[in-house]
Amino acid sequence: MIEETFYKQMITIRTVEQRLLSLFSEGHLNGTVHTCLGQEACAVGVVNALDRDRDILFSNHRCHGHFLAYSDNVDGLIAELMGRTTGVCGGIGGSQHLHERNFYSNGIQGGIVPVAAGMAFAEKMKGSGAIAVVFLGDGTFGEGVVYETFNLASLWSLPVLFVAELNGYAQSTPTAMEHAGDLETRVDSFGIHTVAIEVNDVHCVHSTARSLVEGIREASRPALLCLRTYRLGPHSKGDDTRPATEIERYRTRDPLLQLERELPESVRMAIRSEAELRVAASVANAMDAPIAGATRAVAA
Amino acid sequence: MQTVLQSLNGGLKRCFAQDERVVLLGEDVLDPYGGAFKVTAGLSDSYPGRVWTTPISEAAIVGMATGMALRGLLPVAEIMFGDFITLCADQIVNHSAKFRGMYNDQVRVPLVVRTPMGGGRGYGPTHSQSLEKMFLGVPDLTVVAPSLAHDPGELLSHAVLEDEDPVLFIEHKLLYSMPLLTGGGTVRIRRVSEANGYDTVLLMNYAEGTPDVTLITYGGMSRLCAPLLEELAEEEIRVLVALPSSLKPLPLETLAEAAAESRRVVIAEEGTEGFNWGSEVASLLYDRLWGKLDRPITRLATADSILPAAREMEAQALVSADALRNALLEAAA
Repeated sequence: MIEETFYKQMITIRTVEQRLLSLFSEGHLNGTVHTCLGQEACAVGVVNALDRDRDILFSNHRCHGHFLAYSDNVDGLIAELMGRTTGVCGGIGGSQHLHERNFYSNGIQGGIVPVAAGMAFAEKMKGSGAIAVVFLGDGTFGEGVVYETFNLASLWSLPVLFVAELNGYAQSTPTAMEHAGDLETRVDSFGIHTVAIEVNDVHCVHSTARSLVEGIREASRPALLCLRTYRLGPHSKGDDTRPATEIERYRTRDPLLQLERELPESVRMAIRSEAELRVAASVANAMDAPIAGATRAVAA
Repeated sequence: MQTVLQSLNGGLKRCFAQDERVVLLGEDVLDPYGGAFKVTAGLSDSYPGRVWTTPISEAAIVGMATGMALRGLLPVAEIMFGDFITLCADQIVNHSAKFRGMYNDQVRVPLVVRTPMGGGRGYGPTHSQSLEKMFLGVPDLTVVAPSLAHDPGELLSHAVLEDEDPVLFIEHKLLYSMPLLTGGGTVRIRRVSEANGYDTVLLMNYAEGTPDVTLITYGGMSRLCAPLLEELAEEEIRVLVALPSSLKPLPLETLAEAAAESRRVVIAEEGTEGFNWGSEVASLLYDRLWGKLDRPITRLATADSILPAAREMEAQALVSADALRNALLEAAA
């Protein structure tokens, strides 16, 4: 049942991130947290269109959803943010710098884009049939290296999917205050095929991504997928200056709610409680795990 | 007699022949042009599909090469002029040099970024600089610069084929056409192997005994060394020159030993003065040799200013052979 799989992944991401925010407030996290509350359908729709064994994902500062949709490694993510040796990067990377198998993330806007294109180039040279996916946001379109990469990816016919999660803001700044023209048509002149959709429904994201991925794999040509989405949570912790009425309006359109309508309540409840149990267990495991950089384990 | 250019070109060709994972990206690197300084001449004809000429996109060149390195290739990125390396700073500092450490040692980035630095050709403020000092403080980045007395092609080949971490490989424009220093005559050469594979070369203008003064320098400054050593030998001034090829990390043991031999040290570099390579070398030598030096360390560098295009003005800004000779004489006195 694809609905159940998607719901499970989306609710896991939501539950993990809500717990991360509370862990932060409780003082268990060092640094900062960028959640993708409300954008889970982007991660789940795109990642499930990929071949996890060979395709490459490069994500940005808002990477937890992409990471979980790829790896389902709740333990490793929570331990990483809690600074435990059992984290996916031993606590060194923290929230924005994750790596597991073919998944990578980094906290620099735009800088990851040529790196992902280079990975796609390497896979093309090796003939592995793999493609690379890199995640951008509205704000990333302000970085020059992104355009250098659009040009090269098209010029060299690289198998790379650019995914722009357009949530209307760069941190606190509305897109209209920082970008002239239309982001969704910017790559036309590079000869990069673009598809733009509203993210109401994870199935639509998935089917659109899947057809783009198939096309990229077949023709070894780049493509851009623009996902019009909305971030229900703050940029990082509590730094939200958007109008409450705007957020409320989007809350009623939450893709997670859309998906819930497709599932019987008993199934939803079972999946939800399983996710809560998993997250609680992961937090408990991390509490018991050795603190990275400490000479001894500290009791929870 | 082989030139530095021939040595580098030969080194690259050996890399391409030995390992098909080696690829090269850069501006104007294809034959028949073969790169602005011709270091890649003949490569693309011999290895089509492995040498890629790029648009003027330095950040993307290094970014893409970093991605290729992460996925198992051995990329060489050529940046046409060292002055343009500032455009790659984010890729070097926040990507290629970060990944291994921040992913907890789970990945490797065997990347080489090659670029020519240096003045003396009248190219003016943005095509003559020695900007490597800006990258010496980047954790997990190795900075290598061959001198006339090294085997530049061998160092490059080591960086490309053997080093599994990112290397910034600094060439000097004035060295390209010069023949390698092979020793014989007045100037003797001794090679010291270093742990990271990038050797240090010692030059001496004497056969026995201890030197009167030790010169520590690197890269393009080596072009001044042999004539100066011959000249000072006639004045019976014994000079030991230490030429590390690894600017960072520093081969500190070798440098400290060379400094201790004469107890009189001059450090020279072509980068601008202040907050530079010599500052770090001097500081570490003071730590090691406190109380064992006969005089304060002398440091020479290019003036802390832009490099003018006009011949006389440029010459006044750069470290000249005269300035170096005077510093050595003063230290030896």
